[in-house]
Amino acid sequence: MSLQVTDLRVYYRTLAGDVKALDGVTFGIADGEIMGLAGESGCGKSTLGNSLIRMEGRMRHVGGTVTLDGVPLPIDDQADMNHFRFAEVSIIPQYAMSALNPTRKIGKMVGELVATRGVRYHDIREELERRLELVGLARDVLDRYPIELSGGMKQRMVMVLSTLLDPSLLIADEITSALDVSSQRAVAQTLVEFRDRGFVKSMIVVTHDVSILYQISNTLAIMYAGKLAEKAPTDVIMSRPKHPYTRLLISSLPEIGVRFEEQRLTGIPGTPPSLLNPPTGCRFRERCPIAIARCTDEEPPFVEVEPNHSVACWMAS
Amino acid sequence: MRRYFGRKLLIYAATFFIAATIDWLIPRFMPGDPVQSLVSRTGFGLSPEGSQALVTYYNNLFGLNHPIWEQYINFWASLLHGDLGRSVYLTGRPVTSVIMSAVPYTLALLIPAVLLSWWVGNTIGARAARRRLLDNVVLPVGYVLTATPYMWLAIVLAWVFGFILNIFPISGGYSYSLEPTLTWKFIGSLFSHWVLPFASLFLVGLGGWAIGMRNMIIYELEADYSRYLEALGAPSRLVRKYAFRNAMLPQITGLALSLGVVVAGALVTEIVFSYPGLGKLLLASIQNEDFFLLQGIFLFIILGVLIANFIVDIAYVIVDPRTRVAMSGAEE
Amino acid sequence: MTTRAPSAGAQTPDVVQGPQGVPTVPGAVPVGGRPDPRPMSRRGEILYFALRTKKVIIGLTIIAVFLVLALIGPIIRPGDPDALIGPLGASPSADWWFGTTSFGQDIFAQFVYSLGSTFLVGALGGGIAAIIGMTVGFVAGYRGGWIDEVLNMITNVVLVIPTLALLLVAAAYLSARGVVVEALFIGFTSWPWAARAIRAQTFSLRSREFVNLARMSGVKGLRIVFGEIAPNMSSYLFLTFILLFGGAILIAATLDFIGLGPTSGSSLGLMMYDAVAWSALQLGLWWWFIPPGVAITAIVGALYITNVGLDEVFNPKLRNT
Repeated sequence: MSLQVTDLRVYYRTLAGDVKALDGVTFGIADGEIMGLAGESGCGKSTLGNSLIRMEGRMRHVGGTVTLDGVPLPIDDQADMNHFRFAEVSIIPQYAMSALNPTRKIGKMVGELVATRGVRYHDIREELERRLELVGLARDVLDRYPIELSGGMKQRMVMVLSTLLDPSLLIADEITSALDVSSQRAVAQTLVEFRDRGFVKSMIVVTHDVSILYQISNTLAIMYAGKLAEKAPTDVIMSRPKHPYTRLLISSLPEIGVRFEEQRLTGIPGTPPSLLNPPTGCRFRERCPIAIARCTDEEPPFVEVEPNHSVACWMAS
Repeated sequence: MRRYFGRKLLIYAATFFIAATIDWLIPRFMPGDPVQSLVSRTGFGLSPEGSQALVTYYNNLFGLNHPIWEQYINFWASLLHGDLGRSVYLTGRPVTSVIMSAVPYTLALLIPAVLLSWWVGNTIGARAARRRLLDNVVLPVGYVLTATPYMWLAIVLAWVFGFILNIFPISGGYSYSLEPTLTWKFIGSLFSHWVLPFASLFLVGLGGWAIGMRNMIIYELEADYSRYLEALGAPSRLVRKYAFRNAMLPQITGLALSLGVVVAGALVTEIVFSYPGLGKLLLASIQNEDFFLLQGIFLFIILGVLIANFIVDIAYVIVDPRTRVAMSGAEE
Repeated sequence: MTTRAPSAGAQTPDVVQGPQGVPTVPGAVPVGGRPDPRPMSRRGEILYFALRTKKVIIGLTIIAVFLVLALIGPIIRPGDPDALIGPLGASPSADWWFGTTSFGQDIFAQFVYSLGSTFLVGALGGGIAAIIGMTVGFVAGYRGGWIDEVLNMITNVVLVIPTLALLLVAAAYLSARGVVVEALFIGFTSWPWAARAIRAQTFSLRSREFVNLARMSGVKGLRIVFGEIAPNMSSYLFLTFILLFGGAILIAATLDFIGLGPTSGSSLGLMMYDAVAWSALQLGLWWWFIPPGVAITAIVGALYITNVGLDEVFNPKLRNT
């Protein structure tokens, strides 16, 4: 196991109370695995991705552990976590196109950033240029300011920079959502190539675009209302989904490239429960076509029903 | 690059043109006859014929006996020759030379006060952002300073340091017992008279810059590039360094925008300290109804502010790589 | 390259540079995502948070205290505040709360009368500036095109001209001036930064969904501005007015201090002018010049603090941080 997350709970503090964005999430990722993480917006998938690398202002770690390559990650300690960021855990953020400091030449910024990890720019320059070439960027982008690059170029630059120190885990957060279909595919292929070349050991690809995940991910995890609903190898989940939510998601999947989120209303009636005071029992039961009395009283545990296939549903086992 | 500065210069030239025209228009289109009121206030005890002669004299002096368009052209013609007329209250000295003898004092106050308060304020503000303890001091103090009227801080400083503690002189540009010479004694006297007006201008400006910078830094620390740096574990020193650099840019623009207010502040501060700069001259011209002098001072201030704006524009281009890039791109 | 001209705020967040360089950062001003479907509950929420934000409470309390003083002061001390009725240059006492001037005028009476004109100048001058700034900003931001270019040019010209100098010249030629005239002068010269900020906000709202919807359903220009755009930035407009209010008070104090304030009546700036002109400094009559300055600083500072507090109330993002 490269990454092991156990019963992770992360809440957002608000004046109205705690929003339980991650409420007991358990899963593992093997070496070389690309895990797709999908779900409706607001289900906590981005919170999960962010909490593995950097908790933002109002996020609070309430419970659970994260270990990476056998070492516990101090995710609630901003200072301690710095030893792991970039070198061990890295991220390609959702806002990749605006992630570069506008007033610094890109090469200079990269140099200053790697220097904080004790790496000399001079030593890494050759490898950097090789990787830039790999994603189709000329080496002179390093002498340019971000404003001189197109959006796609900036995103590729961020992809190279984020993986420059060969992290063990890479989180790719909605990185295809701003792109057209052909660029989406190219970006997805680049991610696979980064894994194949050993730039990153394993990867979590957060997206609401299941069709992209179908192309590149080894396993798929489906989140619903702050909890994992199902996790299994991609082909298994696509052909034999066990959770009713997964089933509805996949059956409502339109042609490749169209995001299912836009079709949510027709696809799955109802809305997810508020995470401020989530109901007891199964959180999907209000929208579930096969809910039984037990779903109201008891929360279904997330258990392995087949090898590598875990589900949180009373009707699945 | 040339096109950009050409455009800017054009705007400033237009501004000067408009301002000068307004300057020319005001006395001519204000209710009442300035010449009449001038005569009635200065020509005490004159016979009707005498005051009529004075009216004619002033009309000639101001050129008011010519057609209005000719007056306007004459105004520009003499303006371009550097001739702003003669000061009535200073018995006919050319306005230009009267102003030129006051300008150095005003500049000696303004330039260090503006630049230092800008620099120190920005530094303090940048330190205070997102640091609770320092912020709790900087924010209230900053708001009080920036809400303080310039002349009142000047009065309070003069009262505390001049009257109660008696450390600094509170009147004039140098000791009345000295003649302007290039001796250490005279320079020392200049300096001690300069300290309080400078300090009061400096302090009022400080608050606004500190608050502005603090807010900008907080904004920049929320920006995507800052979040990315933090996600990649960059130490806060680096993140803040970048944020500071980016937050600096709007502060440079702000510097240009604040000039008009600071100049006004310098004028009233000089009045409090009877400092022999433009402010004191301005007060004298108002009290003595010396309109040539008043208009001359106004034009000088406009010119100074426009030049300063242009310098700020140049500084901005030097500091912001994006404008440089955009410009060189346009010229390729 | 025209789009990247480094004039103010070209590539920076919409920073409102307030008077005297007090910038507020309305980066997150809720220049509305969409019209709130529950206006009442939003209003209720704003009131709820406003009354629990320390800055708003402090600011409003200070303003209220001075406002009450301005209103009841003339009742406590009726008659001409400039009358020579007291001892000469007496320090504060039970009889003369703020002492007297070297002519024997009651400084407390002058003070409370002046407070009234300070609020009047602030409200009127700030109000006029806000109206002009909004009109110019809305029209420029909504219409765009050459109208925007022209208005922008005018705004830039007025922005660069040191308006106080302009005021001086204009005021100097008017032999009789009142508080209202002074407020008019101030209003007509201090609007540019507001116009600029409102223009930017209007610009960003113009292409929002709900505005497009209104336009498609046949609503015409002005009605869109006042029916759709203005309500969505009402909090922003209010904050702008507060800053203009404070700015007008400071400008008025400066004008008064140079002797170009109201020719009749009293004002806080005039009190300071008199104090300096009649050597209160050299005579140590601190009670003559301390109260007016304290009042101006407190009122303007309270306005600024209220502004910051309300900004937090209007922007849930800024709360709790």
